[in-house]
Amino acid sequence: MVPNDRYYTKEHEWIKVEGETGTIGITDHAQKQLGDIVFVEVPEVDTELEKGDEAGSIESVKAVADVFSPVSGTVTEVNEALEDEPELVNKDAQGEGWLFKLRLEDKSELEGLMDAASYEKYLEEEEG
Amino acid sequence: MKKTPLNEEHRNLGAKMVDFGGWDMPVQYSGVLEEHLAVRKKVGLFDVSHMGEFTVKGPDALAFIQHVTCNDVAKLAHKQIHYSAFTYPEGTIVDDLLVYRQDDNEFFLVVNAANIEKDFDWITSQSGGFNVELKNVSDSYAQLAVQGPEAVKIIETLFGKVAPQMGYYWFDYVTYEGSPCILSRTGYTGEDGFEVYCPPSVAVRLWRQMLELGQPFGILPCGLGARDTLRLEAKMCLYGNDIDHTTTVLEAGLGWICKLDKGDFIGADILRQQKEEGLERKLMGFEMVDRGIARHGYPVFSEPGGEQLGTVTSGSYAPFLEKNIGLTYLPVEKAKIGTEIFIGIRKKTAKAVVVKTPFYKRQK
Repeated sequence: MVPNDRYYTKEHEWIKVEGETGTIGITDHAQKQLGDIVFVEVPEVDTELEKGDEAGSIESVKAVADVFSPVSGTVTEVNEALEDEPELVNKDAQGEGWLFKLRLEDKSELEGLMDAASYEKYLEEEEG
Repeated sequence: MKKTPLNEEHRNLGAKMVDFGGWDMPVQYSGVLEEHLAVRKKVGLFDVSHMGEFTVKGPDALAFIQHVTCNDVAKLAHKQIHYSAFTYPEGTIVDDLLVYRQDDNEFFLVVNAANIEKDFDWITSQSGGFNVELKNVSDSYAQLAVQGPEAVKIIETLFGKVAPQMGYYWFDYVTYEGSPCILSRTGYTGEDGFEVYCPPSVAVRLWRQMLELGQPFGILPCGLGARDTLRLEAKMCLYGNDIDHTTTVLEAGLGWICKLDKGDFIGADILRQQKEEGLERKLMGFEMVDRGIARHGYPVFSEPGGEQLGTVTSGSYAPFLEKNIGLTYLPVEKAKIGTEIFIGIRKKTAKAVVVKTPFYKRQK
């Protein structure tokens, strides 16, 4: 399930842009790879992130995965529900399991990301 | 990579496979959390065929095992089992193991998969002067572990009354489809359960039948992921993490298997001296206070930015307790319940507190 209303990174993050704000999460493929998620760390509001900066981490029982910011910007909101319900990322990685929102600094950075079709192809290549 | 007789079964069940010390093993099937909880509340089935088995026979078998292990084998009745360790002259640990007493001078030893060759070489090198016959029979056995409160019902259906009548850490001889097996009431989960040692030729049929019989009880096949979180909640040591050739039996909190008054054994002098003079460090359990999961190898500090006390030997989210827990060696002055310590979790330092162990103890 790769929705075509957003962009994707090679590290399996997604970003959905509405106006100047981007919502960021990890893909359904990434949550499946991780297994049962038991801990999510998100950046603090007002953190300034550069494209590619470590923005948080997601831990399953057995694995730790870093989350990188797909673009540069300032964090405006974080998904506080994840503190008590990290399993939301397993249940709905591309919806209710979003991680944080940021105000985009430079929309042209989106051009370097993949669209749904390219990401699907990328997944096939990675698995193939 | 080495494969157990059940490799194909794991793949057909959709297990995620990993390289575990050279063995291609299932780390999880449906998910670590679900598998862990199945064992605590119902029943789970594990393939632990990678474990090693040795036999020790001969007129000096008892004396030899007394010499190479720290627990007192003379105390074992026939068909009784105990937990023990092979020790080095330094009082440190070659491996931890289970000793099954089959007869006056006949024993069955169960050792860790990653240590099979090292252990066999070690005990062979120590056998000079003892009239014993040592055999590594690891390839002759598959091993299945049925663990959880409902395990006894499945084992009773398969093997009869011997199951409910068997005490914890006892074993007996049973047959499956005419093949001789060893059945013991043992496990590495902190839960009631059984382990069956069977010829590899019947392992697939036994595995399938156990899953079938367990279905009404909610049985799940369980991987090494759940095995690790279950043993950690019960504070059972993992060789290579919590104990190894640098940690003594006493430092690891295994004084209960270290019978210093049984007579001489390898490392006894050092261990007696350590007991007399007092330990410098001790393996302790901790619980995270701040958010974060401590993991194997993370540094442990006395205070944020303070002196490093050691490293986390095992750490994980504990699925039944719903807490983040771990083990670490601490200097004795810090090894007290309630002491605050700090774990370096990547870029941050998170507070933890030393707690009583085991973290989880089953209701009997």
